[in-house]
Amino acid sequence: ISMKALILVGGYGTRLRPLTLSVPKPLVDFCNKPILLHQVEALVKAGVDHVVLAVSYMSELLEREMRIQEQRLGIHISLSHEKEPLGTAGPLALARELLNVDNEPFFVLNSDVICDFPFKDLLQFHRNHGKEGTIVVTRVEEPSKYGVVVFETDSGRIHRFVEKPQVFVSNKINAGIYIFNPSMLSRIQLRPTSIEKEIFPVMAEEGQLYAMELQGFWMDIGQPKDFLTGMCMYLQSVRQHAPERLRTGPGFLGNVVVDPTAQIGENCTIGPNVTIGAGVVVEDGVRIKRCTVMKGARVRSHSWLESCIVGWSSSVGQWVRMENVTVLGEDVIVNDELYLNGANVLPHKSINESVPEPRIIM
Amino acid sequence: MLKAVILIGGPQKGTRFRPLSFEVPKPLFPVAGVPMLQHHIEACAKVPNMKEILLIGFYQPNEELSRFLLNAQQEFKISIRYLQEYAALGTGGGIYHFRDQIVSGSPEAFFVLNADVCSAFPLAEMLSFQKEHGEPNSFVILGTTSNRKQSMNYGCIVENEETNEVLHYVEKPSTFVSDIINCGIYLFNPDIFQHIGTVFQKNQQDIEEPTNGWHRAEAIRLEQDIFTALAGQGKLYVYKTLSFWSQIKSAGSAIYASRLYLNQYHTTHPERLASNKEGGPRISGKVYLFPLSIQLGPNVSIGTGVTIGAGVRVRESIILHGATLQDHCCVLNSIVGWDSTIGKWARVEGTPSDPNPNDPYAKIDSETLFRDGKLTPSITILGCNVTIPSEVIILNSIVLPHKDLNRGFKNQIIL
Repeated sequence: ISMKALILVGGYGTRLRPLTLSVPKPLVDFCNKPILLHQVEALVKAGVDHVVLAVSYMSELLEREMRIQEQRLGIHISLSHEKEPLGTAGPLALARELLNVDNEPFFVLNSDVICDFPFKDLLQFHRNHGKEGTIVVTRVEEPSKYGVVVFETDSGRIHRFVEKPQVFVSNKINAGIYIFNPSMLSRIQLRPTSIEKEIFPVMAEEGQLYAMELQGFWMDIGQPKDFLTGMCMYLQSVRQHAPERLRTGPGFLGNVVVDPTAQIGENCTIGPNVTIGAGVVVEDGVRIKRCTVMKGARVRSHSWLESCIVGWSSSVGQWVRMENVTVLGEDVIVNDELYLNGANVLPHKSINESVPEPRIIM
Repeated sequence: MLKAVILIGGPQKGTRFRPLSFEVPKPLFPVAGVPMLQHHIEACAKVPNMKEILLIGFYQPNEELSRFLLNAQQEFKISIRYLQEYAALGTGGGIYHFRDQIVSGSPEAFFVLNADVCSAFPLAEMLSFQKEHGEPNSFVILGTTSNRKQSMNYGCIVENEETNEVLHYVEKPSTFVSDIINCGIYLFNPDIFQHIGTVFQKNQQDIEEPTNGWHRAEAIRLEQDIFTALAGQGKLYVYKTLSFWSQIKSAGSAIYASRLYLNQYHTTHPERLASNKEGGPRISGKVYLFPLSIQLGPNVSIGTGVTIGAGVRVRESIILHGATLQDHCCVLNSIVGWDSTIGKWARVEGTPSDPNPNDPYAKIDSETLFRDGKLTPSITILGCNVTIPSEVIILNSIVLPHKDLNRGFKNQIIL
């Protein structure tokens, strides 16, 4: 079989700024691999040979990277560009020609979602019930922050959706991963359309929409705080499925991934929950916890970092303390001995004053 | 022959120096590596014909003070005695009460110095100045230039620019009077006691005054009660100095004062400075464990028996005896109390209140502890025997002695 998938990439990725000021969101590295690639590789493993990226903003960088991945994975990648906003359903209509090819069901997913992608199970489940659509749902602790899905536990048939319920209705929410039969495309017009508000309720009414529960972790990594939480979950999953990928030994605590080309100095304590990218240099006496350090960055000696994202090629000085979801964009320089608490620093900026309370540094 | 009197106050005074003054009387707090008073005593002992130094205050006899006096006498080979007031008698009342002791031996003149100032102590210059100005028994106040705004925090002196006579004196005026301020260092002779005696008699007669600490008849303030009266009488003169001077009222100002003294050490006490030799810095007072990864300075004083781990950074701070700084920690603008411990990768940081470096006459602010209901960002102070756990940040906070913290704090007083 050859299947298709549509990934809703969207626009400027403003919630993940300052990182997305340098690269389009799908190309932001998550645990040393572009977000998009986590999704595409999982799709390819499930038999997808054509991925359509629905974008509202064209990026040369993205186009170029996609050519490379096409070659590498031996698949076809198209870009479907919405010139005006089409909501969450409209992009499907826009890509109709690409998706509605041989009457095979196609996957749809939000580009911000990370989990143990269950595409094979999803296809199986979808074929079993034989109806028009299946939504992957995931269990959350605080469902009233989201839209919850009410469905029959045995069959999975969805009854209805409830937005931000005031009383407990269900703790399962839409995980942003779907599979549809091409017939479903006729429900969507080429105009701004919300799939959750306009399409799904009708399908559910008609008994054509089913829910499959996701096993394992799930996270929307569209903003830095959740990006880091998602990283912790993903690393835990690596420990379970591919522990040889983790770096262990003296000076490493918990789940840590270090690119082979990175250098770690003496007397460091790295982890738990740290990702170190290619060519990163960590000097002596550094303590890093719950952080992502992107390619080419340098962390100078005796610094202490917790819950931070250090952007590509940035440099953190000696005896610096960074915490509380401090995010450094690309090529940021933090001078020695500073304290950054929840600082959000835009690219190419040089910081020479402490930031004791969270704020944005332009 | 000459004498010197140093006014050292008592425990009820100098409360802005808490929590450090809980352990040690403020006059003994180390500034630039030696007790605050030692700078005064050294300066006095250097003056030719100085025969005796008297300390006047109302501290109860205590071990630190006695030990300090003993050591100072041995080191400087001069008689040093402590005269304890029976109550707080004020800057004038104390010397008046002990006037017999001061004039015994018939000194021609005697200096009076406040303990809580940091100065170059131009005492010899004050003596020469006194001989050249006014009548033979005139008195001299050491003055320095402040900026207009800050002058009102001090005693203000209006002088006759030709004769240097003090025409007018006001202590902490509410409007601008003069930018020449009183440094708290004076040159008197036994005649001063006549003038104090006059005020003393007058106070005895004003028995309607309510009796609380400051209004006892015997309590006399040199500044408000004596200088204001002497101004314009042809008896009081001001010697202006350009040399360094600062008050030491708060614990934070101790760091600034340390820097002023440390800057002089190149010429006055080079042996007290650390030097960068192979094997790392050496500092007087034994310090353990000095790998090259440590970076100290500028303006750092380290006490005896301090242990410093690898990769430690200390800047603009005072580390008191017996403290331990573990690997990779960072101490900025702070005072780390005796026997305290700072854990690995911890960050102890304060905010300096240094005078504006662009204004040569600016003085250190004596900020109030709170402003608009919030703690004013200031030097971080760890009292004695405080433990800071690893990896936390202590920012702009004051930690009272014998406290074991289990998390970080910002802008707080931790009891």
